[in-house]
Amino acid sequence: MRRARLVLRSVAPFLVALPLLWLLQGASPPDVTIVLVSIAVNVVLAVSLNVVNGFTGQFSIGHAAFMAVGAYTAALLTTGLADVQILGLRADVSDQVIFFLALVAGMATASVAGLVVGIPSLRLRGDYLAIVTLGFGEIIRVVIENTRFLGQATGISGLPPYTNVVWAGMGVVATVVMARRLLLSTQGRALLAIREDEVAAEAMGVDTVGWKVRAFVISAAFAGLAGALLVHKIQLVTPRMFTFVKSMEVVVMVVLGGMGSISGSIIAATVLTVALEWLRGLDQYRMVIFSMLLIVLMLTRPSGLLGTRELWESVPRWLRRRQGGGAS
Amino acid sequence: MTEFLQHVVNGVSLGTIYALIALGYTMVYGVLKLINFAHGDVYMVAAFAGFYIATALDVRDHPTLGKAVVVFVGAMAVAGALGWAIERFAYRPLRNRPRLATLITAIGVSFLLEFGFQLPGLQAQGRTFTEMLRGLGWGVPGWLDGLVAALPADFPPGPTPRFFPEPFTRVDWTVLGGVHVSNYDVVSFLVAVGFMLGLQWIVYRTRFGTAMRAVSFDPKVAGLMGIPVNRVISLTFVLGSVLAAVAALLVAGSRPRIDPIMGLMPGLKAFVAAVFGGIGNVPGAMLGGIVLGLAEEMVAGYTVSSFRDGIAFAVLILVLLLRPEGLLGRVTVEKV
Repeated sequence: MRRARLVLRSVAPFLVALPLLWLLQGASPPDVTIVLVSIAVNVVLAVSLNVVNGFTGQFSIGHAAFMAVGAYTAALLTTGLADVQILGLRADVSDQVIFFLALVAGMATASVAGLVVGIPSLRLRGDYLAIVTLGFGEIIRVVIENTRFLGQATGISGLPPYTNVVWAGMGVVATVVMARRLLLSTQGRALLAIREDEVAAEAMGVDTVGWKVRAFVISAAFAGLAGALLVHKIQLVTPRMFTFVKSMEVVVMVVLGGMGSISGSIIAATVLTVALEWLRGLDQYRMVIFSMLLIVLMLTRPSGLLGTRELWESVPRWLRRRQGGGAS
Repeated sequence: MTEFLQHVVNGVSLGTIYALIALGYTMVYGVLKLINFAHGDVYMVAAFAGFYIATALDVRDHPTLGKAVVVFVGAMAVAGALGWAIERFAYRPLRNRPRLATLITAIGVSFLLEFGFQLPGLQAQGRTFTEMLRGLGWGVPGWLDGLVAALPADFPPGPTPRFFPEPFTRVDWTVLGGVHVSNYDVVSFLVAVGFMLGLQWIVYRTRFGTAMRAVSFDPKVAGLMGIPVNRVISLTFVLGSVLAAVAALLVAGSRPRIDPIMGLMPGLKAFVAAVFGGIGNVPGAMLGGIVLGLAEEMVAGYTVSSFRDGIAFAVLILVLLLRPEGLLGRVTVEKV
């Protein structure tokens, strides 16, 4: 009974979201669709980075590299299988199935990349780990720029435009459900223990190395998903999309929302994406604003907007307190 | 053999630059345990400061040795002031916060400098601003137009690269049957070694150096012993930034293209050099810089040259995996 309820709690969001997203997809004009998809991609990126930076307390600044791995894997699959039709399926259904498989493959290769980066964390802490993730991100970019079948610096263009609001929205739901289920589980407690005090966690029998690597793998897989979703909307993938600057944008979102807060990441990613879209004319000021925001935030409110709190916990509590106060 | 010697010459000349920048990282890390991400951008600002001073002095058309010295000293002063300001206003308020907060701020400062310098010139910005006001239907007073016209037109420099004027004419020598060495290589090698020896003297032979090593050993106890910790940290930043300015001008002399993101890659690579040599260790940073310069030149020379940017990070990951304390570093154990 308990088990059934847990399964339901994981599956229900998808079942509720699917028809809603379908309606949203039908109702939104093309330019709104682009904004919605980029919000969704950024939410997936921010929440997945939060698993490493927020839950586990490690500092990864190479998230764009995992995005690149997922994006290139999915792009190679969808362009390579563009003319293939799965037997017994209609052409459009077959395309969607192939896209789903490409997304899964992107997540798989990105998680392998996450494993490769996670392993140095066996011996590294704090700043050093940050630098290794940065270095790894640069190495991935250099390798892509020098590999012929990945299109070198020009990348791969003409990808099929499979990503729509439904796919992107389902990606968001999957990421948020994953993060929430993870945080409430035994595994999540292990991650939080590492964040609070690594030495003490180890003394309490938490396999710190193992959990750090696992956090990296999970986070990388969802970054790969975000990358794969993004490139199938803009129909182009180049190594320049996945630079250090992209990684930093995601870090700003996580820090702004509050490290360790899923709802904080969602809000920050949404607000920043919309704000940047709205300030399109001020594009050259975009990164200046980002960096000033980062500095001011660190100086005045280093725990971010929500800290480690969650909206779905603090808002009901706040409402209850207000009602209680009104009655007395 | 000739080719190999040529790579050695190029590698050493690149390596001394990395070593100079790496010294700034390693000293700051020594006293604050902070990766000063903005260090590479101090290097960039110094190059631009030199460029502006050189333009004002008309070095391009009338280069003299005196002007070269003025450019050098001026850029060093600007970099020192910037280093001081970054520490005072961005890092000091966060001194007792978690180290991650300072690291994030450092990245923020670095991005602010990089992207701030990529903005169009103040004059162009002022013009768009007054146009925007007029577009909103507001009257713009005449003095505002006058003010806009008086703003410096080429600051910030914008994303297009500038060309640093040559401080003296380039002379190429061919030695040992085909190895090319220019007078720039010789001068920059001598200047770099001179500054490194000077730093070595400051760190190991002066009162300030003793204080710096004491702060790096334990800031709290050093404070109790009457060492002005804040002043020592400020001066460490100034010293590191001045060395970055030296590196910037030596690079700008021989490779004159300067742009606002020129500090990013050398900054990261110099950090790798500092880690390689053992971060917090002054001779280690010099050794690490030279070894990294040589490694990069060899990889670029004997394999694919576009792998140049990847090699530094590959070296970094290997070093951190095999010997995380670096070549000359001490092993530290984390205690509760």
